[in-house]
Amino acid sequence: MKVVGPLIVVLALVGIAWCCTEYLHWYALFGLVIPYVAFALFIIGLIVRIVRWARSAVPFRIPTTCGQQKSFSWIKQAKLDNPSSKAGVFGRMVLEVLTFRSLFRNNKVEKRDSKLGYTSAKWLFIGALLFHWSMLIIILRHMRLVLDPVPQFFQILEQADGFLQIGLPLLYISDVLIVVGLGFLLARRFAIKKVRYISLSVDFFPLFLLLGIAISGIIMRYGFRVDVAGVKEVMLGLVTFHPVPADQLSTILFVHLFLVCTLMVYFPWSKLMHAPGVFFSPTRNLANNSRAVRHVNPWNYPVKVHTYAEYQEEYGEKMKSVGLPLDPEVVSTNG
Amino acid sequence: MTKKWTIGIFVVILIGIFAIPFLVNAGRVDGDPDVSLDTPQINALEVKECIEPTDYMRESHMVLLDEWRNSVVRDGNYEYRSQSGQIYEMSLDETCLGCHSNQADFCDKCHEYSSVDLYCWQCHGTIDEENPNAVIENGDDVLFTEKA
Repeated sequence: MKVVGPLIVVLALVGIAWCCTEYLHWYALFGLVIPYVAFALFIIGLIVRIVRWARSAVPFRIPTTCGQQKSFSWIKQAKLDNPSSKAGVFGRMVLEVLTFRSLFRNNKVEKRDSKLGYTSAKWLFIGALLFHWSMLIIILRHMRLVLDPVPQFFQILEQADGFLQIGLPLLYISDVLIVVGLGFLLARRFAIKKVRYISLSVDFFPLFLLLGIAISGIIMRYGFRVDVAGVKEVMLGLVTFHPVPADQLSTILFVHLFLVCTLMVYFPWSKLMHAPGVFFSPTRNLANNSRAVRHVNPWNYPVKVHTYAEYQEEYGEKMKSVGLPLDPEVVSTNG
Repeated sequence: MTKKWTIGIFVVILIGIFAIPFLVNAGRVDGDPDVSLDTPQINALEVKECIEPTDYMRESHMVLLDEWRNSVVRDGNYEYRSQSGQIYEMSLDETCLGCHSNQADFCDKCHEYSSVDLYCWQCHGTIDEENPNAVIENGDDVLFTEKA
């Protein structure tokens, strides 16, 4: 059910978009209202989630340390794995965000003879890299639909992506790789027993949704084709707030667009928020300088204390009269 | 206080990235590619229609041209039977550009607008790429001719 459920939801979304545009001709809804609403909800959701994170407590330094911390000058520090300065943290974050270093190691627990061992799951690392980088390139490529004239950077990116010159329209390498990456990430959840056991429907839904987006996009390029110039007119109309009627465009475009809108609405409230979330991970974005700098809990309030000296001063006479011993130091300081 | 500032800047940058398409295009009103059908050959036609329906040509002309290329180069077959049953010569220079002789105002308009990079014009075309001002006569096959 945790697999079939999300799959049915994604297929239903495809069906809804297809029927509503192909048969009911609700072009204004699917080409105008839903994209605007979805984009607005996406931005609002992002802000709400980030503000919530910002307000949550991080009273301690809790960076995960993966190497020798800063110590004596003759002990070599692992500057990226145990950063003690802001520059180190920056380097660590850059590598984490761009190359997923933490996926590179210690993700697999296995039994070797009678011992437990931690090893790396390199395949997960490679699959994640394939998917995320393809997705980034694809998103950047889509900028050609909302920018006119198209900056040279995006043109070069697109030419590089299609440089194999296979077929016409040219095959994009990133199109192949994103499906391979997503397919691997999905297959992994089926193939590895332990991962399958802990996978939930919220793990499968984003995978199916992203696969749906990728496949509908690929179909739009190689199968049911769309008038790209017409699509760009509609997209430019949306970003300039001078909407152009989208009713001459193919149905497959609305399927693709509706799935993307679903992703935008779903994104801020799902595990996909790890994208901005990685920047807010206290285990990654803090320097391990607890031994060099004193960190005081920022919301420590002045606690009203009653010291023993004050106590003895207050009750000293009574204590003396019943024969209780008094602290001579306190007595002497108080004269 | 510094934490608030850091997060504020982060949010502003994040929103700024998503706002780029809106900001860049602010104030822009019209910009659809103004494709011109005004050529002597098209004007001379009694019924102004392409070899296949316009929608199909808009969406899939590149597939058609790819099929033509393979058919001509691999099979030596130059005859194309359209959906309406009419026979056309499979030739970009003769058939397509024969009517659409205004490559710059027809082909290039949409391709530039949608940032489509094509390599048709490396051999074919009505504009000599190395000498753009010299317009090659319609019907002249620039293929295999030397571009001095």
